[in-house]
Amino acid sequence: MSEESIISLKNVNKWFGDFHVLQDVNLEVKKKERIVVCGPSGSGKSTMIRCINRLEEHQEGSIVVDGIELTGNLKNIDNVRKEVGMVFQQFNLFPHLSVKENITLAPIWVKKMPKSEAEELAMRQLEIVKIPEQANKYPGQLSGGQQQRVAIARSLAMNPNIMLFDEPTSALDPEMIKEVLDVMVDLANGGMTMIVVTHEMGFAKTVADRMVFMDEGKIVEEASPDKFFNNPESDRTKLFLSQILHQ
Amino acid sequence: MNEMNEVRKPPVATTGIIGWLRINLFFNWTNSLITLFVIYCLYQFIPWILDWTIFSADFKYNYLGEQITNQEMCSRNLDPENGGACWAVIYVRFYQFIYGFYPKVEVWRVNLAYVMLAFALLPLLYAKLPYRKYFLYFTYIFPVIAYFLLNGGLGFTEVSTNKWGGLLVTLVLGCTGIALAFPIGIMLALGRRSKLPVISMMCTLFIEFIRGVPLITLLFFGMVMLPLFLPEGIDMDGLVRVLVAVTLFQSAYMAEVIRGGLQAIPPGQYEAAKSLGMSYWRMNLLIILPQAIRISIPPIVNTSIGLFKDTTLVIIVGILDLLGIGRGTLADTNWLGLSYEIYFFVSLVFFIFTFGMSRYSLYLEKKLKTGINMGAD
Repeated sequence: MSEESIISLKNVNKWFGDFHVLQDVNLEVKKKERIVVCGPSGSGKSTMIRCINRLEEHQEGSIVVDGIELTGNLKNIDNVRKEVGMVFQQFNLFPHLSVKENITLAPIWVKKMPKSEAEELAMRQLEIVKIPEQANKYPGQLSGGQQQRVAIARSLAMNPNIMLFDEPTSALDPEMIKEVLDVMVDLANGGMTMIVVTHEMGFAKTVADRMVFMDEGKIVEEASPDKFFNNPESDRTKLFLSQILHQ
Repeated sequence: MNEMNEVRKPPVATTGIIGWLRINLFFNWTNSLITLFVIYCLYQFIPWILDWTIFSADFKYNYLGEQITNQEMCSRNLDPENGGACWAVIYVRFYQFIYGFYPKVEVWRVNLAYVMLAFALLPLLYAKLPYRKYFLYFTYIFPVIAYFLLNGGLGFTEVSTNKWGGLLVTLVLGCTGIALAFPIGIMLALGRRSKLPVISMMCTLFIEFIRGVPLITLLFFGMVMLPLFLPEGIDMDGLVRVLVAVTLFQSAYMAEVIRGGLQAIPPGQYEAAKSLGMSYWRMNLLIILPQAIRISIPPIVNTSIGLFKDTTLVIIVGILDLLGIGRGTLADTNWLGLSYEIYFFVSLVFFIFTFGMSRYSLYLEKKLKTGINMGAD
């Protein structure tokens, strides 16, 4: 199992001060697998995926991404970050750079790509997220949905093997959620390995290979979407589903 | 309904000169009263100041047509009823005000340095300058050229810094202080926020120590104590010692200003940069600092203007800057009692430079406004 895993978390523990935010988390993700993580707020789901590209440091256990173990070794961290793209709830575009510059910056400076090549790449990525006409605007001039799609394009430009999504639609107006989810569905159909923290259950049902439900820092349930939604095992999961599906 | 429409008056003009006057000067009766009072004061003051500084003033000759060589020949001293400012003192001492005691044969070097300074500033002032890249290269090497040009070496005769004075010293101190303090301040600000405790503690200690000490104390420190730290036999130039003190002082303030800008950058910017695989230095150079410095432009210019004016304190360690030359002139029996003219002139020169800096910061703020709409989404 672990040999074909591209991401492997074993007995991962983490504390914020005295708060035990991740408790013995174990997760194996295979290549091209699409995982949707859900759970109530404060359950540690964001912290877990932020540990995978070391935006947060885990204190116990091991995390191996594409054969590289995440330790204090800075070179390993850099190598993992080149493999793993991340999309944030708040988009986090660079406001002082145009859309095109946002996308070309990392390829030029981290991958040493020539500028013209990086610009072509940026335009290709913008085509994929369906906003090539916004290339020369600044992030502040775009709608939330457009900004989030630029953020996805920016991550994809580094040609990652794995994409992490940390509540990508939670900061969006309802009518913009679909345009972002559409891009994510395309990406999933293209065979990207994805871990998505989201409350969009419709999206989960369409693309997820596996659902992961977290509560109080633990993984409570892991199941196929079909089983997860129709026949969940734990009472906590049932309660959670009844609450969010009633909305 | 129609009747009502007919009695409706057109809205009060809010555009054009009339509209502007109405909104800004005569909005209500207190407003109008203040406006009238200010107009009356200006009416009293402006003719008087124009008369004193220009119409009744002596520039080179007094009202008898004689060339003025000392204060007794000023029109206002010959005939108190008849005469305003006596600018002849500035005219006679102009050389000292601008160059200090720089030898006259070599003064072309200072003039050349002044012209080159203007060229070095050009690419910083106008982003749209053609061939800006090549001008920028010149800006980078200008300090080296200026050093040899002003100080001597490389075939130029040496002019020791105790012969420098006036505007030359003011500009050397101001420009060098500001130009060196900027990068040092950035490093100190980053250092103070560093996660490595040793670096952060050292930077914090340095900043707090320098900020806690008055500039005058630092100047004395530079003059008296700095040589003690140097190996025996090496004599440090007086102006350089002062420059070290001024730069240290300015870097500490600059560091705090830039740290303020750094704190305004949302953590998401760091996370996005890291998640793209950027190293610490790339993240700071490409993402964090450009934004932090933009936010800090007003306080950066503010402390720079402060430093430019504080350079006048060097007089207490025996270096004659623009103000120092002015005070020296006042002590000359030939020009006793002309303090109005001299201080007016010195203030005017300082005002021209500091006002220029403040206009430049406004221009920068306006120029950089596009795209920094951080809150908008």
